[in-house]
Formats: sequence, C-alpha cells, structure tokens
Amino acid sequence: MAKRVAIVGTGQTFHKSHRPDVNGQELINEAVLRALADADLKMKDIDAIVIGNMDHFEGINYVDCWSVDGSGGTMKPIIKLTTGGTTGCTVAIGGYHLVGSGMFDKVLIIGWEKNSESDTTGAITTAFDPVWDRLVFAGAISGLAAEAQAYIARYGASERDGARVSVRDRKHAMNNPHAQLRKEVSLEEVLASPMLADPIHLLDVCPRSDGACAVIMASEDIAEKICPKPDWIWATASRHSYSYLGDADYGRLTSMREGSQELWKKAGIREPRKELDVIELYQPYSFGGLIWIEDMGIVGPGEAPQYIWDGNTDMGGELPINPSGGVIATNPIGATGLIRCAEATMQVMGKAQGRQVPDVNFAFSSGFGGCWWTDMILHGNKKPN
Amino acid sequence: MTQNENIIIESGDAIQPFAYSVGMHGSKFFTELRDNRRFMAIKCPKCKKVYMPPRGVCGDCFVEMKDWVEVGPKGIISTFTILRFAFIDPETGAQKPVPYGYGFIKFDGADTLFQHYINVKDETRIRIGARVEPVFSKDRKGSIRDIEYFKVID
Ligand SMILES: [Zn+2]
Repeated sequence: MAKRVAIVGTGQTFHKSHRPDVNGQELINEAVLRALADADLKMKDIDAIVIGNMDHFEGINYVDCWSVDGSGGTMKPIIKLTTGGTTGCTVAIGGYHLVGSGMFDKVLIIGWEKNSESDTTGAITTAFDPVWDRLVFAGAISGLAAEAQAYIARYGASERDGARVSVRDRKHAMNNPHAQLRKEVSLEEVLASPMLADPIHLLDVCPRSDGACAVIMASEDIAEKICPKPDWIWATASRHSYSYLGDADYGRLTSMREGSQELWKKAGIREPRKELDVIELYQPYSFGGLIWIEDMGIVGPGEAPQYIWDGNTDMGGELPINPSGGVIATNPIGATGLIRCAEATMQVMGKAQGRQVPDVNFAFSSGFGGCWWTDMILHGNKKPN
Repeated sequence: MTQNENIIIESGDAIQPFAYSVGMHGSKFFTELRDNRRFMAIKCPKCKKVYMPPRGVCGDCFVEMKDWVEVGPKGIISTFTILRFAFIDPETGAQKPVPYGYGFIKFDGADTLFQHYINVKDETRIRIGARVEPVFSKDRKGSIRDIEYFKVID
C-alpha cells in the first residue's frame, strides 16, 4: 500500500577538515543522536536504516555492518546504498521508497564520510574504468574543468561568472554554524587563487570534509503526530547517463535536465523559477552553479550568469541558492547529498535559523556524481495530493 | 597520562595487483591500434551514433552493435583542461607531470569523445575546435599508452 512520506527530523555534525577525535562509528552516532532529538524519537521507534558513503573512501567497506553501535542498527533491518557523489541523495531516495512502500513506518537515513582518512583522488579513481578513463584522469576536478571550459566556449561565460557563484556560497556559509569553511572571499581573491585546472581556481572548488548527516522519514499515518510541520516529499528522480567519461555532453548536464523535468511533471510545477522558494544544490564547484540551474529550467541556456550577477540567488533574492553555503563550504562526500536534503527540510520546517529563507513552500535538493549523474528531491510544506 | 591524545594509524606501503580484461571490443580496438595504428569505433544500427571507445551495446537504444567503422586518426578538441596542480597518480604511485593537457578528442567520424593527453608545448594553440592528430608510441603493447599524446596541427 503506497504511502505519502515526510521528513520529521534531521541532524548533522559540525563539519571539519579533520576529526581525529572520533572514528567513523562515533561520527555517525553524533548525527544520529541529533536527528533523534530533533524528531523527539528513541532508537527503539526506528523500523529500518539506510546508510551509505562513497565506496573505497577510508578504505573501509561495509559500513552497514561495522557501524551498528553508532548508527543504532543493531538487530534492525539495515541496508547500504552507495552511488558515488550522489550517495547522500540516493540514501534519502531509498528511505523514501521504503516508507512509501508501506512496509516501514519510520526509517533512519544516514550519510557520512571521513575524507581525512584517505586519498580522495585515489579513491575517486577507483570509480572509473581502468582501461579507458584513468590515463589522464585527475580526480573530480578534471571532468568538472572540461565541463566549465565547454560551457564558457558555448555561451561566452567567463571565469568571473564562476567566481561570483563561489563568492555567494562562501558568504552564505557565514550564516551556518555547521559549515566547515566560514570565510568570506572577494571576487578578486577567487580569481587570484591558484589555477588548479583551467578554468577552475582553488577558491572555485569544494574542500574535503569529515562529517555525517541523518534524516528520519515517517509515513503519512504518523508523520504529523511526530512533527507538527513535517517536510513532505513531493517527488524524487535519479538519472545516470554514461559508461565512459567521453560519452557526456560537456557544457550541459543531461541527467539534471531529464531528472528535474520528471520532478516538475510529478509535482505539477510549470515555472520552477517562480514556484521554488529555495534550492540546496549539490554544487562542488562554482561553474556548476551556472550550468546546472539552466538544465533545471530556472533560466534558459546561457542566462545563468546575468541571473546570478543580479543577485537573484543571494539571500533575500528571488530564489536563494545554497543558504547553507553549500558544497563549496562543506563536503563530506557520502553525507553531502543528505546534508542538501536536511537543509531543504530545515527550510521547509522553518528551522534553518540564521540561514532561513522566509515562507518556503517548495524546496529542491540534489546530489551529483563526478560521472555526470544526478539525484534530486522536491520538498514541500503541504501534503502532496 | 596525556589528556585527549588522538591516536592515528597509517596503512603503510601496501600494493594490490589487478589484472583487468579489456573485453572483446576493446581487444579489437587495441589490436588495430598496436598493429595498424588505426582507430576502430562501432556504430549503433538504430540511432546511428558512432561510439568511441567501442562497446557491445548502445545504452540509449539498448541494442547490440556490430558495425565497426574506422574513425580518425585526426579530430578536434571537443573540450579540454590543463592540469596544473601536482598530485600522485594512484595508477602508478608516481607524481603526474604537471602541467599536462587533458583533451576530450572528437575523432573525425565519431560521435563520443576519446580522452588523452594534449601536448602543452604551446598552450596558446590549445582551444576548443582545434584540429589534432595522435603521436604514436614507438613500442606499442596494446594499451591506451600506445598513443603518446595528441598535438594541435592548425
Ligand atoms: Zn543507439
């Protein structure tokens, strides 16, 4: 029996570049306890758990098994989902499916990562084909740089346009006590920071973080008993588009375009720019903040730079993007997509404190993987029809 | 006793040997590259897309592909970057020789892109749309390294 699903509680760690004071299990436990407290639930109330992080990061697999003391999974149904960069959003979609199926009333969803414990580029390389994709590969940044380069050539955008996005997100992070990097930067500082891979400067990209996030979902039968103003999940979508890196259409994110069209159709949204109130975009580098909102249909192809320069996506603008500071401020990869989800939930619930956008009706959160795939969730303050 | 000492252990110098099958399509590609310096791609019978590297199934149409077509060896830079930060290549354990040109090459006659090095001797010539050709390795063994790099020719 299919059920409507709502998020009734969220929790996250105070994300840092390095948390040597805790192991993975202890880090996970911090987020779980905060989510339970937020929903005013006990571990015994939880019917099942979905957990995930990025394969091969930390060099420790099977987090579903070894973390049970921290996750609360002892003698409960627990499954691991892992889809690379999109993992944090995928675990949320998996939890939505479990509760929506009617088989579980309350599901705890966890994403986590301790980037400090491994070589991120080495780990990411294991996600790519050893025969064709690894010779010139340089971790997440090489493909992103190729995308930005193609977008600039196709639409006449500039490095300054990218830098403006980074300035926005880093400014927004000042309002978020959970963010790792809380330091405002100027346009000039972004452009003067070292060139990592043309056209991407150091201050255009995300850091590596240690952090965890947990979200609790409940079925429509009990959601409003747990939480007076739950965050209803209106729709989810997921798209994977390629086998080899050379298969992608550089300069456009096809998976975002197709997935978001599915979301708008499911929810009856005609003009996402006007109907969405806030976006938490999995945007690991500045140029993604230009390209991908065009693929979402917020603005037309090539129109994002002007839209962003005009302040529309800043706090107080028409459609604020990444009030949390986003991925450029914090990136514990397996948790990153779930942090986007939790931040969108807090916006819908009115719990986002210093980073709250007023009167949120619809919020959008996403996950992105460096292999051009995208997962996404549409959140709303009203129960879906 | 020291208070709050955060102990960390390290993994050391372990290495793991892997031996990957290239597959039937990749094997034909690399045999042709090694022996004849030819680039073989494969065409979808339904949507007519020409795939490089070659593979057995068109993901969009989910049909088997059998029509081999020769592409290149010349092509254009579809997109690229120049890597400028030093990092350890996890494939070799050695530091990558930065800066290096990372090209997504569209061979003449192909629809998808082939990744390889672009020679950065003259960076100003590297741009999207520039024509390139491969420089082959003298000692070819049937791998992606049978091409040393691509160079801009216009
Ligand atoms: Zn086809």
